[in-house]
Amino acid sequence: MLANFPHAAPIEGLVGGLMIGTAAAIMLLGLGRIAGISGLMAQLLGMSGTPRARHVAAMFIIGLPVGAALMALGAPVALEMSATPAMMVAGGLLVGFGTRLGSGCTSGHGVCGLSRLSARSFVATGLFMGAAFVTVAMLRAAGPF
Amino acid sequence: MRLILALFSGALFGAGLLYSGMANPARVTGFLDVFGRWDPTLAFVMMGAIVPMTLAWFVQRSMSRPLVEDRFSLPEKRELDAPLAIGAIIFGAGWGLTGICPGPAVANLGINPLAILPFVLAMIAGMAVHHLWARRSQNIS
Repeated sequence: MLANFPHAAPIEGLVGGLMIGTAAAIMLLGLGRIAGISGLMAQLLGMSGTPRARHVAAMFIIGLPVGAALMALGAPVALEMSATPAMMVAGGLLVGFGTRLGSGCTSGHGVCGLSRLSARSFVATGLFMGAAFVTVAMLRAAGPF
Repeated sequence: MRLILALFSGALFGAGLLYSGMANPARVTGFLDVFGRWDPTLAFVMMGAIVPMTLAWFVQRSMSRPLVEDRFSLPEKRELDAPLAIGAIIFGAGWGLTGICPGPAVANLGINPLAILPFVLAMIAGMAVHHLWARRSQNIS
């Protein structure tokens, strides 16, 4: 089946996914918290949670770019962003507002919530995936990208 | 210990995002682009991530408290409501527009900070708008 998708990276995807899931499991079993990036960002910014939670959130959020940078030393990867600056700003606003209103993003709902069999997370993941599919299809219809 | 564990977990998460290709917006857009050259990698990442988390939830149910914290602080809300649905759709639109969600946005600050900074600042602004709006509607009601 994958022969039809020569640009897919199933092994890297699975291994990277295992790392993400293990990191989320450490947060859950070690610190009793959901490794949801939008929620942790809001805690870091003082928009939700307690001061004690804020320190943990800050350390996790600092860890993200540190871990990515360390991994990039060992395995350089291509990073391609096709969005224009206006799209980046509009997208950032929508992602920031939407994840707070919807109580989570790909990590909180998609990874942590689905594995918890949370009905809210199944609904949220279905809707944000659906909205993203539609948005990309509309961009494709609107012009080359 | 709590803070070191949180830093380690964040770093492992960020390394996983990069290794899996999910820090690369083009890979994410490739998954979302079902009418183009569809790239299924994101589905493998989700599968890989959900396996350890399913085990973790199974273990969690038999624990009275986390290993290095006094108690669990987990979402308890169960009901499906409009904010959940509307928020998810708004988030999905922004995700589709850029191929970037919060984790990869923050992780990219360690790879190409200048390119990702406009997105991260706009995301923080979006969160702040929600925060102020939620506080205001709380005061009114």
